[in-house]
Amino acid sequence: MIPELGNFALILALLLAITQGTLPIIGAARGIPSWVALARPVVQGQFVFLAIAFGCLAYSFVNNDFSVMNVARNSNSELPIQYRIAASWGSHEGSLLLWVFMLAGWSVAVSVFSRHLPDEMVARVLGVMGLVSVGFILFLLVTSNPFDRLLPAAFEGSDLNPLLQDPGMVIHPPMLYMGYVGFSVAFAFAIAALISGEMDAAWARWSRPWTTVAWVFLTIGIMLGSWWAYYELGWGGWWFWDPVENASFLPWLVGTALVHSLAVTEKRGSFKSWTVLLAICAFSLSLLGTFLVRSGVLTSVHAFATDPTRGVFILAFLVIVIGSSLLLFAWRAPKVGLGGKFDLVSRESMLLANNLLLMVAAGSVLLGTLYPLIMDSLDLGKISVGTPYFEAVFVPLMTPAIFLMGLGPLARWKQASLPELMLRLRWAFGVSVVTALLMPFVMGEWKPLVSFGLLLAFWIIATIFVSIRQRLHNSGQGGLFTKLAKQSRSYYSMHLAHFGIAVFIIGVTLVNGYETEKDVRMEIGSTVTMGGYTFRFNGASPVSGPNYQAMRGDIDVLRNGEKIRVMQPEKRTYNASGMAMTEPAIDTGFLRDLYVALGEPLEDGAWVVRVYHKPFVDWIWFGCLLMAFGGILAVTDRRYRLKVHNKHVETATVAEDKRAASNPRLSTGGKKA
Amino acid sequence: MTRFLLPLAAFIVLVGFLAVGLNLKPREVPSPLIGKPAPVFQSQLLHEPERMLASQDNLGKVWLLNVWASWCVSCREEHPLLVELARSGIVPIYGLNYKDKRDLALQWLNQYGDPYTVSVVDPEGRIGIDYGVYGVPETYVIDKNGVIRHKQIGPVTVESLEKKILPLIKELQG
Amino acid sequence: MKPRHRKLAIIVSGVSALGIAAALVLNAFESNMVFFFSPSQVAANEAPVGKSFRIGGLVEEGSIKRQSDGVTVNFVVTDTAKVIPVVYTGILPDLFKEGKGVVAQGKLSADGVFRADEVLAKHDENYMPPEAAGALEQARIQKTVMTQ
Repeated sequence: MIPELGNFALILALLLAITQGTLPIIGAARGIPSWVALARPVVQGQFVFLAIAFGCLAYSFVNNDFSVMNVARNSNSELPIQYRIAASWGSHEGSLLLWVFMLAGWSVAVSVFSRHLPDEMVARVLGVMGLVSVGFILFLLVTSNPFDRLLPAAFEGSDLNPLLQDPGMVIHPPMLYMGYVGFSVAFAFAIAALISGEMDAAWARWSRPWTTVAWVFLTIGIMLGSWWAYYELGWGGWWFWDPVENASFLPWLVGTALVHSLAVTEKRGSFKSWTVLLAICAFSLSLLGTFLVRSGVLTSVHAFATDPTRGVFILAFLVIVIGSSLLLFAWRAPKVGLGGKFDLVSRESMLLANNLLLMVAAGSVLLGTLYPLIMDSLDLGKISVGTPYFEAVFVPLMTPAIFLMGLGPLARWKQASLPELMLRLRWAFGVSVVTALLMPFVMGEWKPLVSFGLLLAFWIIATIFVSIRQRLHNSGQGGLFTKLAKQSRSYYSMHLAHFGIAVFIIGVTLVNGYETEKDVRMEIGSTVTMGGYTFRFNGASPVSGPNYQAMRGDIDVLRNGEKIRVMQPEKRTYNASGMAMTEPAIDTGFLRDLYVALGEPLEDGAWVVRVYHKPFVDWIWFGCLLMAFGGILAVTDRRYRLKVHNKHVETATVAEDKRAASNPRLSTGGKKA
Repeated sequence: MTRFLLPLAAFIVLVGFLAVGLNLKPREVPSPLIGKPAPVFQSQLLHEPERMLASQDNLGKVWLLNVWASWCVSCREEHPLLVELARSGIVPIYGLNYKDKRDLALQWLNQYGDPYTVSVVDPEGRIGIDYGVYGVPETYVIDKNGVIRHKQIGPVTVESLEKKILPLIKELQG
Repeated sequence: MKPRHRKLAIIVSGVSALGIAAALVLNAFESNMVFFFSPSQVAANEAPVGKSFRIGGLVEEGSIKRQSDGVTVNFVVTDTAKVIPVVYTGILPDLFKEGKGVVAQGKLSADGVFRADEVLAKHDENYMPPEAAGALEQARIQKTVMTQ
């Protein structure tokens, strides 16, 4: 009964989505106010029905209803309750239902937080989102209905993939999807602007906070995925350039470019058609990501769901959505106009250069991800493109981007002077070079690549320092704290996010430069020493989990002969699927992680054990968190909270910009926001 | 105008490759075993481990070989059809219990009914390798001379049964 | 600078940046692409010597042998037609088992042993790496052609 109810709710949601995707758009074009007014209630209705559908699915999972195929395939009565709930989006069908449910959630958010927007604009934006929703609900109903029955019912389910039975995996997909789906708002705004032909600073201002929030979710989602791979796959790596990881990284790169390009469009009115193209690209890559993961078109450690008919449907959907938006772009963009002019050396040009570098990086990642597929379809042999390719391309492309990242916030809009910038940044440059050269000695060994990585990180930090100092210097009277409080949140948010990049680079550089790894045979009582820590193996003993049996190793960690910690890595075998899983033990620290994983058992209670010492590895994820916090700070900026007085704020900002442009002293601090 | 068409052009090229790539999935590859003698096997019976079945024993009759397992969810979908087919007595169905545990397999047959003349066990999946089993379930139509005439990948459906399998069996039984 | 010169400078720097990026990508591709070969292709000397490539197939039953150091493993990869002996030092993935599909990356040494520096087995009990499945399929076609 409950699954049928869910199915019915899904069908009703489809009907509402069709209404949402047609009437308001036509109404806006023909000037029919009642059709335009339909947008908001229809969106909210669709959300309610999708919530019912999702609730029904979760209910079936929680109550172990194995007469539902999806439940029988992805759950088990032994599965702990939190994973039974998570299993409702662990499967292909469930994760797509989550996707479309989140789309409805974003649509409702747009319908609620858009009271200050013109009704026609809202109608177009929600209409575009409705069309996307139609595609996804159709896909669910036609090819992958999560409520399909299995009759007679199974007496037991096949279990959720043990890899997914983990707290990180419970929240990783929703976060990632929130990011993917969130770009649909920026996309819908861009398409609405193309349809209406109204593309001004106000348009950029509206879509900016939405884009930033989506970007924050995507950042956190990718971070969680990386962290999960680190502690769950048992290989100690944090990024594998796996096609599925790349699929989430591509929209992030383009989204990052979009966030910056929107800033220019809002502040200076430049880059309009470029911004629109980026918004289309970011969402297209989100769709492509879904396609790559869900169709099984690429081989991957994540390739959980594979079915060609689904692939054909998604491909057709991609062609319709992306093809028609790019066609619309080619038709309407030439009329948009160029906006404010700028000099070869200016903040605009630096942001444009950074945008290009991000796009080229995204292009090379896309090429590396799809190249094996292209070779295969041309029958030129089976190949794989691994980590060395991505590193060889990515590092040289990001180096100038990071250099510009330090320069940009200090450069003036419209026209900047290179000699003046150099003069202002000579100390920052000197300090970062010296620190980068000396730091590796503190770590014990000088390595050129470590020095180079640290140079990039210290350059970012030093330029942030210079920027804040100059900004305060130019903030008029008052004490340090009065001056600090005077600066806008969006100013701090930019520096916080950039500081996050620096922390991330430090983590990556130091862990790559100084990590040590050993695969050793350990007999009971034998020891291995690494990074000043001694690991003593006391043997392994059997333990039972809720739905698995395991061998649990017992390893003492000693420092200077003193026992500081016991680590208990496990080798699990899950009851339902019989799958083996390595569960490493990790001792997390501010400056280093200790990581121990069990390999295979040998004779006489000995085991093969993998031991890592990973300096600064947690800084990688901490850096990502700082970037995300930067994004959150940006959307809480004063001018978004004062939307009621939108008109006033807008004129005020324009005036401020003009003042800044005419007064070099004021603009030196720069204001990216 | 032309430069604004560039993104669209790039996208069309990409779609071309993705479309071709989709068609490459192994599911689309016809089994090279069709029209070839069925690989010979000899294995224990599921119900009576002390007895063996050799595939050559079936020479002279048309039979179906159905690969199944208790852990396989799709097998449950096709199972009622197989039970019905067995009841009709048109063709004997032999089961290949693939990578399964004996007690679970027997419990499964008790619950859902047993359409098989006999089931042989393939706990390690070796017979499966000879037959090129991609996934469970799969069903093979084997003629009087022991030649594979048809391979059904995935669950047997009413449609595949009526359109392909039953007419073929009639023709082979001739 | 005059506007025309400025525009020219932007175009020139843009084009040269793209050129550098393209050179970078091509160079990285050239040196980092890894080809896949089946055991039959390796036996037919189609695989490169001294260059890294991937092999795939099934781990032959009874072929896993562990050397006395405990972490070096010898095993044999087969596509049911031809076999390649493989040696690997390190921890094998959870789903590495005899009779299961496997993909290994490494170099072929002069004595015909494949020295793997990476072994991949997929994280699903009933899932075969597509390359390995392809290699088996090819070998089966070869065999049936030969027996005709």
